[in-house]
Amino acid sequence: MIPAHKIETTPIGWDGRTVKEMLEESERLVADSGRYYGLEELRLREGNPILFEKIFSHLRGGLVNARSTALNISASPIVAEIGELCFALYTPEGDSIALSTGIIVHVHTISDAIKFMIRNNFEENPGIRPGFVFSNNNSMIGDVHTADVHTIIPIFWEDELIGWAAGVTHEIDVGGIAPGSMCYGHPDRYGDGLLLSTELAGTNDEFHEDYLLRCRESVRAEMYWVLDEKTRLTGCQLIRDQVYRTIEEVGIDAYKQFIREAIEEGRRSFIGTVKQMTFPGEYEAPSFMDVPWKDDLTVHMQSRKDMLMNSPVKITIGAEGRLDVSFEGANGWDFHSFNCSKSAMQGAMWVLLTQTLFNSDKVNDGAYYATSVHLPYGSWCNPNFEKVSTTLAWLFLIPGFTGMWRSLSRAYFARGFLEEVYASYPCTFNLLQGGGINHFGQPSAFTNFELSSQGTGALYYKDGEASCAAMWNPEGDMGEMESWEFLEPLLYLGRRIKANSAGHGKYRGGWGMESLRMLYKTQSQVLFTGGEGHVFGTAGIFGGYPGNSGYRHAMHGTNMKALFDGRKPYPVVDGDPENSQMSELVEAQQETFDLHALCGPHPFGEYDLYASVQRGGPGLGDPLERDPSAVETDLNKGDLSPRFASGVYGVVATQNGDGKWTVDPEATARRRDEIRRERLEKSVDTREFIDRERERILQKDFIAPVCDMYRSSLSLSESWRDKFYRFWNLPEDFQF
Amino acid sequence: MSVTYDKGTLKQLKDGVLPHEKAHQMQSKFKDADRFMKMLEVWQDSVEWDDKILMPLAEHLFVVAKPGGRRVVQSTWGHEYCEAHENWKLYAKVFVRNTPELMREIFPDKLGAHTDWMQIREYYDPVSGALLEVEAVPPGYPIVHDFKPDIDTFYNEWLKMPVPEA
Repeated sequence: MIPAHKIETTPIGWDGRTVKEMLEESERLVADSGRYYGLEELRLREGNPILFEKIFSHLRGGLVNARSTALNISASPIVAEIGELCFALYTPEGDSIALSTGIIVHVHTISDAIKFMIRNNFEENPGIRPGFVFSNNNSMIGDVHTADVHTIIPIFWEDELIGWAAGVTHEIDVGGIAPGSMCYGHPDRYGDGLLLSTELAGTNDEFHEDYLLRCRESVRAEMYWVLDEKTRLTGCQLIRDQVYRTIEEVGIDAYKQFIREAIEEGRRSFIGTVKQMTFPGEYEAPSFMDVPWKDDLTVHMQSRKDMLMNSPVKITIGAEGRLDVSFEGANGWDFHSFNCSKSAMQGAMWVLLTQTLFNSDKVNDGAYYATSVHLPYGSWCNPNFEKVSTTLAWLFLIPGFTGMWRSLSRAYFARGFLEEVYASYPCTFNLLQGGGINHFGQPSAFTNFELSSQGTGALYYKDGEASCAAMWNPEGDMGEMESWEFLEPLLYLGRRIKANSAGHGKYRGGWGMESLRMLYKTQSQVLFTGGEGHVFGTAGIFGGYPGNSGYRHAMHGTNMKALFDGRKPYPVVDGDPENSQMSELVEAQQETFDLHALCGPHPFGEYDLYASVQRGGPGLGDPLERDPSAVETDLNKGDLSPRFASGVYGVVATQNGDGKWTVDPEATARRRDEIRRERLEKSVDTREFIDRERERILQKDFIAPVCDMYRSSLSLSESWRDKFYRFWNLPEDFQF
Repeated sequence: MSVTYDKGTLKQLKDGVLPHEKAHQMQSKFKDADRFMKMLEVWQDSVEWDDKILMPLAEHLFVVAKPGGRRVVQSTWGHEYCEAHENWKLYAKVFVRNTPELMREIFPDKLGAHTDWMQIREYYDPVSGALLEVEAVPPGYPIVHDFKPDIDTFYNEWLKMPVPEA
């Protein structure tokens, strides 16, 4: 019997070529000319701009409609409420033409997945045919992590492949070694869960039943998984229908011309925007992330050490308007789940650019062709071991890119576009995940996505917004508490703004929030805590401070039931960690309260408490320049403690019998002058600090993860080593 | 019709007194081609010294033209830091928060970094005591050069005009 994929051998590309030949030609033309498909003239756009715009509007409308319609199939709050899905349309070679709203980080990761199939001769085996359905969540091929599952379908017109439609959703569980969509604590990929490597998952516009069966058997939240599969496939088919309607109206030749020109227009438009809004030069903005696992028995023995990630972002904006981002100096990958594939890094850069520099609805892979990302081989952002774990790549991706936005803001500032200046985003943590026997008595898993709502960074002219956004989803939403309580066996005792979480500044960051959760109707759950604790994952700008870092606070074996039965006060938040409401009101057999904000799965029982603390945004400008009345407002809302109003903002305020604060403007002005004088008295010339710090380096007077970070970065990059040694004037024989 | 804003509007934006709705409209609309030059005038009006501003480098810091073709980083209060291609922080005053007590002055316990892992460096203007930049880096990290502008390329190739001189 002849295998199905051997029956049809006619090439599916244009003009009798294979798709692989088309991709190779496309790449050659870009390399030779610097322009997408070598296009010099945009004949359709310039000759018939109305038609050009009409085609774009048809396709864009189809994509947005596909997302809005398809998400109703999903039962997962992550998809249906938070909106963790996205759809996009691609050329036959896998370049994105247009996209829907949503988690647009994946527009480029799916592009990587399509190109992987083409380069690896999928046209011959398993074949690329009308009605075929491919599934992917392999980050080394094209994705961020296994939690984000792609559905990809080819679109044919007569016998030719004219494109691909694709969709992505974030799953509640992927069958990893522990419950949750982004579990960690295991050393390598073999704990990452169900792995789909651009797999042929269906034909005739339907999933294969054996594929769905394998998925059901492999994951903990099977109903959600299967409905999400149908969500994505439906969306893809809606996009395909819209492409057909468009072609029927404008003709196939116009469509083919359009998809090439749309991307080249995107490239030109990006370069034009760079020249219009930025300033050429070099920008540096490093960021960091802690992995404090030396004594964490919940993680694998290979992972048990304290680690510090170095993300030394450098951006170069050249004369021609290109934007080149380099991570030279990044330290090495390790046996944790926070390693990032090249595809993930490209995706993250893409999602940031589409929110700031290139925030037009016409965004597509044209931006990709006008930028470059340098990722040192062997580093955490381009591992030289393919079997690394990447389940929670976001733990490094999120802090790793904060500097990029700050650098662009410096460029906007220099150019005069103050309305675009942004102190950057905070990390999007705490990440609460877990699973076990749920409140319905069923084995289950969950990933709580209220982390979609962090405080935003300050703008040049106003404070950041409280609890409303995530860098990876510009349409973030914290979700209804009741929806999460349906999915998770944890009640919300409260959810409110976290006082003192915003980065101080002339304009402060937006407040973060916190939720206090109590386990209910379950005796068997494991919960993760995920985020930065020993470091700030971001920084402020122009004298503003970073927003809060995270911490861990959990209470096991509590007297909560007795408090309820006795109608006694119980905590609704943790509040000020220096005067914790939890610690004050609750007795527990065991209380965990420390900076280990990133830890593996811990067991919890009924009535145990878990504080989930989100982040505030970074600030902008000198806090002493803040309008005193704004400080007064923050005091009266209880969001800022009096000691920071006085010590950081130099505000002199008095509180009346009703608890209301009133600022004394004259006394405040005097106090601020005093603080400026005190600053000059207590500070030193930077040269003096450099001499002092150099001695510390020579003595290697740092904790192990700091020394390890330097040792790794210096060994991976000769240029970073040269720079480091030159700056500190170190002898050549010095080693960490 | 091309977008443009008068100097008064841009000054309001700089001073943080432009109604937020108007600032939001500025974000959404096409950008105004004359923004750089107009903002230079707004910045020039905001300082008390007469040196010609070539570009704003950061809040309270400017690159100005000096006699002899020198381009110097200078603060709102007139302090001259260094040449434009150098890192001004090397010529500032710095205060390092590297103990738990100093970190607690800014963040409550557990909401700030652990100073064995990360320190906060505050860079002050030596004349005014203004806080110009805050770094959050591990101990031993080289001082960050936030921005090294390419002024020649900007004026000559992007604006198609010579770099102004003093």
